[in-house]
Amino acid sequence: MKNFSIILKRFLLNKGSAFGGIFLLIIIIGAIFAPLIAPYNWNEVDTGPRLAPPSWDFLFGTDIHGRDVFSRIVYGARYSLSVGVISVLFGIVAGSIFGITIAYIGGRVDIIGSRVIDVMFGFPSFLLSLLVVAIIGVGLWNVVFAVGLASIPHFARIIRSAALQVKEQPYIEACVNMGFGKIRIMFNHILPNIFPIIIVIATMDLGGAIISIASLSFLGLGAQPPEPEWGAMLSSGREYMRYAPWTMIYPGLFLFLTVMSVNLLGDRLSIALDARQSVDKGKV
Amino acid sequence: MVEILNVSNLSTAFQSDYGSKQALKNISFKINEGEVLALVGESGSGKTVTSLSIMGLLPNNAYIQEGNINLIDKKNNQVNILKLTDDKHNLIRGNDISMVFQEPMTCLNPTMTIGDQIVEVILNHKKISKTKAVKEMIDLLGLVEIPDPTQRAREYPHQLSGGMRQRVMISIALACTPKLIIADEPTSALDVTIQAQLLQLLMKLKNSIVSKTSILFITHDLGIVRELADRVIVMYQGRVLEIGSVRQILKSPLHPYTRGLLAAIPALAKKGHRLATISSVVGDEDIDTAYPLTRLKDGRQVSLSPQALERITNG
Repeated sequence: MKNFSIILKRFLLNKGSAFGGIFLLIIIIGAIFAPLIAPYNWNEVDTGPRLAPPSWDFLFGTDIHGRDVFSRIVYGARYSLSVGVISVLFGIVAGSIFGITIAYIGGRVDIIGSRVIDVMFGFPSFLLSLLVVAIIGVGLWNVVFAVGLASIPHFARIIRSAALQVKEQPYIEACVNMGFGKIRIMFNHILPNIFPIIIVIATMDLGGAIISIASLSFLGLGAQPPEPEWGAMLSSGREYMRYAPWTMIYPGLFLFLTVMSVNLLGDRLSIALDARQSVDKGKV
Repeated sequence: MVEILNVSNLSTAFQSDYGSKQALKNISFKINEGEVLALVGESGSGKTVTSLSIMGLLPNNAYIQEGNINLIDKKNNQVNILKLTDDKHNLIRGNDISMVFQEPMTCLNPTMTIGDQIVEVILNHKKISKTKAVKEMIDLLGLVEIPDPTQRAREYPHQLSGGMRQRVMISIALACTPKLIIADEPTSALDVTIQAQLLQLLMKLKNSIVSKTSILFITHDLGIVRELADRVIVMYQGRVLEIGSVRQILKSPLHPYTRGLLAAIPALAKKGHRLATISSVVGDEDIDTAYPLTRLKDGRQVSLSPQALERITNG
């Protein structure tokens, strides 16, 4: 608990991460309690006049079908955050298994595995996700899978190099001397020691994943109407931008703020988790 | 006396782009049950390569050219360590042979409590329940004289001092009551007081609980050898120069190199003298070390091949 309060203090002392943390907290609470917060049903057509500008009744205005944009954004937070987290989780789990395995076994396995990573790096990751969606078809969860898959080489490469470093530590050598099997050493002993790195790169990547998924949804490959995913909302508001900019501005703004908050928090995370830093001496 | 480990004609070489280089040249020795065998020699003499060969943990570019390492395991089977597969070898490591390292500061996993680490070793080799393993772990910590074992078991390595950590390493090495413990300079990284405490602990353990466990003690320190060892092997340039009891080696060394080694121990009493040094460095090939010098029963000193020696001692 003491450690937790130190970490919290480190976050709050920095303006950027304090803002990021508070904003994300609001978004998460909003997503969880969406039914209580949203004034209207997100999918109910003609709750008000079509393309009505923001007012006290419709905080962020209404879209072409007369649906309340604010309610849709609140519900959309459920999608954007969860799909981002799930795709990063998928990428990081697969990347960790791959990276640690090739690093620990080494030799030919490492050479071939690293070349596979290099080949996957050859494709821009967005293109890679597009390719995967093209193969497995359109849909929000397919996009989540595709974005996660495209992030694997990035994770695998960082985790491989971290694992290589830990592998040379005497305590891993000691594990071999105690007669532990390879799997036990890899996931019981190497993995916990690179966990701080994993947490930091996962948070850093979360923002990118949210953007990628929103982009693919914007292109119509991810969430399908009427789902209130922010990228999809941007896409459907596109045609009315000149008459009703609020249909695009608010989903875009929330997407931007969420991603920025995640990144601000991620930047701070490595410092906040570092036991050697001192809060008081102004080094943080 | 039962012989638990027999290393015969072992040659280990390292392969590099500049050709291969022998690190161990045809070495042979035996370890009897319950004895402490000290392996002394300067840096680069092949002490660590010997222990790595026994553990089967040679780096990728090293290979065994010839020789055998036979171990009598806990079930009294004779196994040739060099012919084992990796899985079979894992059954022996930590169970029949365990190791204590030089660097206690970095030999424990920083993300696990020491209790968990000891329990993991026990569960890896023994088929017992977790609660029983935890009980054994507490006993082990008590055995290596760690105060308040139940409390300490919940601590992480960084919360312990170097001496404490080395005690934990020793308890891990003892966890499965192995036949052989290889201690690779276990006290070199510690300060002298802690060193003395640990040596006392080792001697106490040796005289009581683990009297049947043999120890291969790798060290530079001839003082420790005198305190702890039963027999001594002197190594130089990957060869065994001399094998004998502590008394023989320290009181009447046969080989000029051993004499040099003993003379090089600085003495506080002799003031105003230059410290003795050994002139040759690793890489010199001029010392005649083809075969170890051995003392025969009648007191003669001979330099014979192991085969010839066997003929003489057997008949």
